[in-house]
Amino acid sequence: MKRLFPILAVLTAIFLAYALHLALGKATPTDAQQGDVYRIIYYHVPSAWTAFLLFFINFIASVEYLANAKPSSQTAAKWIVLAIGIIGAIASFVPQVQHRLPAGMRPSAVATTVLAIPAFYFLVGKFFPGERLDVLAVTSAEVGVVFCTIVLVTGPIWARPVWGIWWAPGDIRLTSTLVLWLIYVSYLVLRRFSTSAQTQMLAAALAVFGALDVPLVYFSIWFFRTQHPQPVIGGGGSMDPRMLHVLLMNWLAFLCFGFLVCWSRFRLELVHREVEEAHAMESLAGGAPAKPSHPLNRSPQ
Amino acid sequence: MNALKFLFAAYIATWAIHAFYLGTLVRRFSRLRQQLSELGKRK
Repeated sequence: MKRLFPILAVLTAIFLAYALHLALGKATPTDAQQGDVYRIIYYHVPSAWTAFLLFFINFIASVEYLANAKPSSQTAAKWIVLAIGIIGAIASFVPQVQHRLPAGMRPSAVATTVLAIPAFYFLVGKFFPGERLDVLAVTSAEVGVVFCTIVLVTGPIWARPVWGIWWAPGDIRLTSTLVLWLIYVSYLVLRRFSTSAQTQMLAAALAVFGALDVPLVYFSIWFFRTQHPQPVIGGGGSMDPRMLHVLLMNWLAFLCFGFLVCWSRFRLELVHREVEEAHAMESLAGGAPAKPSHPLNRSPQ
Repeated sequence: MNALKFLFAAYIATWAIHAFYLGTLVRRFSRLRQQLSELGKRK
């Protein structure tokens, strides 16, 4: 695994450079109305999608961590998740439900998204048993916040020349994204500074409620009048196939990059916990003095 | 030209944020490595 990481890092760097070349290259058409500034979309949108995916993983890991607290709730949670997946997938093809879907949203896309819930739940449970669920949760939240920060920075930079303002106060897409960022920042702050033995449980509960904001952010442009542009994919909008290709290539490149960053952060968290445990064992054995217990003196998680 | 300024600002900001975060990860790794070596010496 140690050999694999540098190889993947080099491949990802090449892929990112290629995606950047596509995003800025003359082969990709320029938007007739916005000019070249529209190319910010190639970093803004993939960053948003990656952040949503990471927050979704955080949500699944947090639910599973809470469910694993008791054997009975663990079994019940598995059945509930399975039922959500099956019922949701079937319901998305029922005509009465289809009529309620926003214009342009495909039932197959809804079914796939709903089926991803049990799929992720069982995959995460299989590959991240026990405490590793919590490690995955903190990893995905932290890297998700980084990508969400990029969304909040690149959005206003695009808005200034196109809208004439940096920020549209009261716009639900913008406000809900900011709230989402604040929720996950508070999640990380809680984990960083709380000394309670229940910190992991509290953080998992906060993450479950925080994840409820993700659908609000995503669907806000369908259900509310916003200044934010309408979706170009799956929402009835249209995009030049060459632009779509570049957008998807950039997303894939950012997914690879995000995966490697998560991998590093995951390893860091495991080592951090090993060190904390070693310090605790040492202090119990009456050896060297225990590490300072004040949270400000603790090494970052 | 003015629009290009915003385009490059967005791209530079993106990589600056990523670089800053990667920097914090490297710093945390080196701090942990130092703590591990201190623990090893005590044993």
